Amino acid sequence: MSDEKKADTPAEKPGEPTATAPEPTVDSDDLHATDLDLTEARATGDTAPVQIGERRGMFGPTKGGDTTGYGGLRTPILFPGASEKPYGSYFDELTGTLETALGEAGDTAYGNAVERVVVDRGELTLHVAREALPTVARALRDDPALRFEICTGVSGVHFPNETGRELHAVYHLLSITHNRRVRLEVSAPDGDATIPSIVSIYPSADWHERETWDMFGIIFEGHPALTRILMPDDWPGHPQRKDYPLGGIPVEYKGGVVPPPDERRSYN
Amino acid sequence: MASNDTIYEDSPGLTPEPGVGGDPYATTDADREDGARVFNASGGDWGDLVDEATALHEERIVVNMGPQHPSTHGVLRLILELDGETVTEARAGIGYLHTGIEKNMEFRSWVQGVTFCTRMDYLTPMFQEVTYCLGIERLLGIEDQIPERANIIRVLMMELTRINSHLVCLGTGGMELGATTVMTVGFRERERILRIFEAVTGLRMNNAYIRPGGVAQDLPHGCLDQISETVGDLRKGLHELELLLNENPILKGRTKNVGYLDLAGCMALGVTGPMLRSTGLPHDLRKSQPYCGYETYDFEVITRTGADAYDRIRIRLDEMYESLKIIEQTVERLKKVQGPVMVEDKKIAWPAQLSVGSDGQGNSLDHIREIMGTSMESLIHHFKLVTEGFRVPAGQAYVPVESPKGELGCHLVSDGGTRPYRAHFRDPSFNNLQAVAALSEGGQVADVIVAVASIDPVMGGVDR
Repeated sequence: MSDEKKADTPAEKPGEPTATAPEPTVDSDDLHATDLDLTEARATGDTAPVQIGERRGMFGPTKGGDTTGYGGLRTPILFPGASEKPYGSYFDELTGTLETALGEAGDTAYGNAVERVVVDRGELTLHVAREALPTVARALRDDPALRFEICTGVSGVHFPNETGRELHAVYHLLSITHNRRVRLEVSAPDGDATIPSIVSIYPSADWHERETWDMFGIIFEGHPALTRILMPDDWPGHPQRKDYPLGGIPVEYKGGVVPPPDERRSYN
Repeated sequence: MASNDTIYEDSPGLTPEPGVGGDPYATTDADREDGARVFNASGGDWGDLVDEATALHEERIVVNMGPQHPSTHGVLRLILELDGETVTEARAGIGYLHTGIEKNMEFRSWVQGVTFCTRMDYLTPMFQEVTYCLGIERLLGIEDQIPERANIIRVLMMELTRINSHLVCLGTGGMELGATTVMTVGFRERERILRIFEAVTGLRMNNAYIRPGGVAQDLPHGCLDQISETVGDLRKGLHELELLLNENPILKGRTKNVGYLDLAGCMALGVTGPMLRSTGLPHDLRKSQPYCGYETYDFEVITRTGADAYDRIRIRLDEMYESLKIIEQTVERLKKVQGPVMVEDKKIAWPAQLSVGSDGQGNSLDHIREIMGTSMESLIHHFKLVTEGFRVPAGQAYVPVESPKGELGCHLVSDGGTRPYRAHFRDPSFNNLQAVAALSEGGQVADVIVAVASIDPVMGGVDR
């Protein structure tokens, strides 16, 4: 995470050593340019973990501050991959019912709508194709065997390295009738950050989608009034994106200077 | 104004420059001429607005209530469209207390995140801490390894916080209705709980007491007696509140059938907590999806069927008695269950132990002696855990808890690093505030106050 922040710092601080790193200094502009083609890994690896980025070195500094000899370390950031049936718990019944419900509707087949089913740490995540989100949400709400009455919220996540799937919107649904939960994850590329709104299905998503637009710049198409909600109306940028700096000023204390949090030495 | 000269008669300081005359607000020389027409508003859709208002011929007033209004529960801005005394449209404007806590958490270690999230909803600090720590523990896969004593202390602290939050809700709600005594009684009783918090955590608010893997430290000596004593006092105080509120004709007149939201409305708007239970649905995550061992405690889920502000007050009152029941059970258990309050895994557990010294609370001297004088390895271990922190395996988790206001959850995403990749809090106040329009449109202006008070929003949690 500190890597992105470093990329925003315009110039190196004069006091910082620059030539001590054993590794060739990584240019701050392509800190996240990985050699691996992430798109291909996703398409083929059904059950293989999904790589969303790469971690370099063992410590935060990327501009020569790492004198440990671990500067050349490269570790992939792997998220849990798709699960294989049976998923366990109520997850098999839920996905089965959803498959039937989507089939009846005839709009989208289950296979097209749900790209990946991930069961991880006892939680069920359905990765939904963005154009199919309203259909899936409606089926989850209306089918008597599913009956997810409440959408508890929308959260955004920004993965700048996942080419073509940079922005994720994460929906948590709750069924009080069946006492179940399911998480829907929808992704959109940075260049075309649009996701269909589900306000017409779950009115409670209204403010949550506005917040996600405010913080990540995801445009929820069909939202009745997609305006900023937490930041001022004329605010430039979307603060929760990883390329948006945290900001802050150096603080002087007893002669020493403490840099702002995103410029401090850190670990990754 | 018929003539521009009239303004100068009583204000000698504003005498027009000789030979210029006319409008002192003029922007061009042409406007300064006597008899020139003065337009004060122009541009954009202003003309359309004027035409629309003229065409309607109504006494339509748009009033901004807040953000600095004493009865809007903090910096909440309500935009009300009034027709006389009737509210025809109501919208809530938020964001005045946005402090970027979630963004800040991405730049601090997992343990430091507790210190941030505790400040979100400042009336329910323990609940944010618990949902955040439960999320981390699920990501780490150590949910089963939390010591029993730590879980009991968590429940104890959460239930005390619940009473604390409900007391402030009733107290400030009462004050907004003009009942100052309700406020003084509420805050007086809350003070007893804050004293316990101070004894246990060192702080009255923003405790940062519940940590990933357990709690920061064990209860101090004599704390259980203090809690038992306080429970008795609280019972008396709550009874006093009940006598003040329950059959109070003024309160009933103000709150009965005000702020009505039925079950379907609650479901559609995602409303949880006392508001949902006031429609008769016994939905409580402590019962339906228990955490921290809530399934082993004996308590009732309070419901009523009026779905109005009055029933929400009564539910909160009764819930506090249920919380007292749980607190008494935790005290009994804490007398029997001894042992650690932090996970065994030394790679996760916070290394320092706290104690109270002559200058207040801080690292225990025994621990300092060990790391500074005895064991170099201990010092390295302490230093690594405190500065770098522990790594959390990549993935995401969402472990909601039943906060006094409804479902509070933390969506945590980890990329396998020492800091949260993303921490998003689903605050119940944020969600429930969406119901303002449904609760107050068609009612009187005074009912808006009651409706908002019955939601019990805390802007620190709404805006984060």
